[in-house]
Amino acid sequence: MGISLLSLLIWLPIFSGVLVIFIGNDRANIARWVSLILSILIFVISLNLYTSFDASTHLMQFVEKLSWISQFNINYHIGVDGISIPLIILTTFSTILVIIAGWEVVTKRCSHYMAAFLMMEGLIIGVFSSLDAILFYVFWEASLIPMLLIIGIWGGVNRVYASIKFFLYTFLGSVFMLLSIIYMYNKGGSFAIIDMHNLKLSFTEQSYIFWAFFMAFAVKVPMFPMHTWLPDAHVQAPTGGSVILAAIMLKMGGYGFFRLSLPIIPDASLEFSEIIIILSLIAIVYIGFIALVQLDIKKLIAYSSISHMGFVTLGIFTVFLSYKQEMIEGSLLGLEGAMVQMISHGFISAAMFLVVGVLYDRLHSREISTYGGVINTMPKFTGFVILFAMANVGLPGTSGFVGEFMVILGAIQANIWYGVLAASTLIIGAAYTLWMVKRVFFGVITNPAVSMLKDINAREFSILAILAIVVLVIGLYPQPVIELMHISIEHLLHQALTSKL
Amino acid sequence: MNNFIEFDTSSLWVVLPEIFLLSAIVVILLLDLFLNKYSQQVTYYLTQLSLLISGILSFNLIDHPQVIIFSGSFILDNMASVFKVFIMIATMIAMVYSRHYLRAHLLFRSEYFILVLLSILGMMVMVSGYSLLTLYLGLEILSLSLYALIAIAHERVYAIEAALKYFILGAIASAILLYGMSMIYGISGSLNINEIANFVSNTDLNSRRTLIINFGLVFLVIGIAFKLGSVPFHMWVPDVYQGAPTSVTLFISTVPKIAAISILIRILVDGLGSMHSYWSDLFMVLSILSITLGSVVALMQTNIKRMLAYSTISHVGFIMLGFVTGTLTGYSAAIFYTLVYILMSLAAFGMIILLNKQGFEVDQVSDFKGLSKHSPWFALMMLIVMLSMAGIPPLLGFYSKFFILQQIVSSGFITIAIFAVIFAVISTYYYLQIIKFMYFDEIDNKITINASMDMQLVLSMNVILILVVGLFPDFLIQLVLSLF
Repeated sequence: MGISLLSLLIWLPIFSGVLVIFIGNDRANIARWVSLILSILIFVISLNLYTSFDASTHLMQFVEKLSWISQFNINYHIGVDGISIPLIILTTFSTILVIIAGWEVVTKRCSHYMAAFLMMEGLIIGVFSSLDAILFYVFWEASLIPMLLIIGIWGGVNRVYASIKFFLYTFLGSVFMLLSIIYMYNKGGSFAIIDMHNLKLSFTEQSYIFWAFFMAFAVKVPMFPMHTWLPDAHVQAPTGGSVILAAIMLKMGGYGFFRLSLPIIPDASLEFSEIIIILSLIAIVYIGFIALVQLDIKKLIAYSSISHMGFVTLGIFTVFLSYKQEMIEGSLLGLEGAMVQMISHGFISAAMFLVVGVLYDRLHSREISTYGGVINTMPKFTGFVILFAMANVGLPGTSGFVGEFMVILGAIQANIWYGVLAASTLIIGAAYTLWMVKRVFFGVITNPAVSMLKDINAREFSILAILAIVVLVIGLYPQPVIELMHISIEHLLHQALTSKL
Repeated sequence: MNNFIEFDTSSLWVVLPEIFLLSAIVVILLLDLFLNKYSQQVTYYLTQLSLLISGILSFNLIDHPQVIIFSGSFILDNMASVFKVFIMIATMIAMVYSRHYLRAHLLFRSEYFILVLLSILGMMVMVSGYSLLTLYLGLEILSLSLYALIAIAHERVYAIEAALKYFILGAIASAILLYGMSMIYGISGSLNINEIANFVSNTDLNSRRTLIINFGLVFLVIGIAFKLGSVPFHMWVPDVYQGAPTSVTLFISTVPKIAAISILIRILVDGLGSMHSYWSDLFMVLSILSITLGSVVALMQTNIKRMLAYSTISHVGFIMLGFVTGTLTGYSAAIFYTLVYILMSLAAFGMIILLNKQGFEVDQVSDFKGLSKHSPWFALMMLIVMLSMAGIPPLLGFYSKFFILQQIVSSGFITIAIFAVIFAVISTYYYLQIIKFMYFDEIDNKITINASMDMQLVLSMNVILILVVGLFPDFLIQLVLSLF
């Protein structure tokens, strides 16, 4: 029965999208309900992955393999392990949020909006479950198309610039990945990612492939200095677009490091790990300071996203430093921390962008200076905001704490100064997040429009409440998530630390 | 060696598609004299019918054992038959689009269809030509018909300019090609491709004879590069694309590419294949220049026909890269790219023609503004075509680029592959520009689509084919690989 589960998860959303397009913009209400029901259905199906997954093996599960392009031995080959499943569930979950969040707000071409998100859901699940490099690339690139349209059609004033910049940036990054994949095929005769894991590559080859992969994944994560597209894209994107972008699309970059970089090119990763760590630390500290001076709430959160994603890359690459000092324990912490950070950032950033969306829908402004004293008119809303802000800061008890703590722990074991720099985010992050909260929500009301604000309605309340519960549950009891991926990550660690030379 | 043309009636079966088409042209031409102005539609339907029948006749000759007839001047192999079938299909699609354009601009004349059929005959001769003379003959039939086709809108200044430009430059290119052929003929003493191939492969590459072969080779390459429209022999492409009536541009940019590729394969691969190391360097330079110039210059175009002309130049660069590899799979990749390009180009120009209205000529990129609002369906179609041209998976355009890249990487030209993908990304910008006009701009053009149902249907099918073959490209790839 498990055989068609993954295919269903990839294709059901895509065909749902087609269906919703055909419902048309004139029957927006039907389109909304159909999208919602389908996305919930898809979420429920994706939970099956979790329940019937066997976490005691690193082997790929739910595997399907069909011949696709026989000339190049390219197969429709999909399967998941403990690293992909949390990301897939995160995807299906976020899509529901996005559909509810766009319920009343999106009036322009409503059915197309819903359809774009549904299709993107399918394509991203495809990325997370492909075991064939070309299939991976196809899904990877194809997922850019709906995002391009989402930013370009439903975005803000400067949307054209932002959408095209987003597209070209990520496209440029990924073509080099394509070339490396082709190179490895010519060498090993197979596009299967698992065969590539076992492919012998010399150090020079590995270095080139490393930087090619780096281009693709670092743009997506995004890492300093390839991050400049992200603030533009986030600021211009509609709320739903920002949520998917921050919650899932950025994770594709991290996933790429996990699935391709570490196992395929371990020696180059070891060699260049220091550079990546420094770039990650720059992202964490420097981008944190940039976030501090933002006047635009959404931009602030976008920069905070970059800073938090710095922990993911930091966690991944401290593995090698710990290894050099023969501390396998620390390596495992780093990798698992990176994974937990990806999941938790998925929820927190989604929540933060939804919060901005709620404000923007009311006053059509993202400037911090427009607001002030929002707590007086929107007390329930402010309650949620403060919870998410604390999670963003990394307060113990929220999900933000778990991942960052694990990564910092790993970093300290590797090098105390790296640990100190990484830990400084707890101060910088608190500074920019809480200062923003103070300016927007507390104080006296200066803008008369703020005094007219209505508190969140049931729809908004329900999304934020669900997110709040998830953030708290993962924060208080992260064990199930960690158990789910533990064996897979151990196996990955083993691959990453086995030299191919 | 017998130099007179041997005649054997049984060999006529093999040239049945050509014979049929020629007879059809004569019949339609005569019939046209008796048709009044109101029944000219008949010419259109007869044209489609004769294309269909010669397509079926060619289709039946697929898997026919390879034969060379008429003293080695005509070959029938799988490649020829498959190419002919593709030529017929592409032309039939092009004619459906043409009809809408011709009606909208009062250019509906039966000469148009007859000239198209004549050029098809020329292409068929080129595809099956196996001696330098037949190839040249086919090329001239094709070119002369095209010159006249461009000038069919003789009241438009640009069309006349384009026709003259094409004629003069085309004549020079033909002369250069002919000069190269005469060199090869002079040294090898034969016009037949396989005799030339025998001669060249038996020639010691260090002997003085190689010098003369090389000399002729350069001229041949230049002539072929001109016909393909690759840099630096591309000057005619933007002007002709812009000046010609859009339906003629559509035709020129698509079907003759198959003929040009086949003449390239016949002369350079079949005939001078053992000289590959000499001409592949030339091709490498030509393709790099084409990709660069085509991608960069297209960025600044506001005229969509001109933009697509430069985009064609960059696509031609990719096609020529396939011949740099020197492997049969590499040549297959080039053929695959050509077929895919034709499918995309048909759809792109088809979309431009679709927006044409009575007396309203669409030729600016900005004419696509607001299409997504007035016709979401066709905006989606254009979106697919543009993304496919940019090479975004899962659309067909991706696989053609992938196939070429895979081949050049496996031949060891990694730097060229890196170069090619960077320019592929650059060229994405202008395809996105059209998407921007269709979807992102608020300004409204009040586009109405009043094309006939058959045009709308064929165009939609054309685009859906790009998507579906993109999802299941295996069949087409296998077909192309089986040609060698």
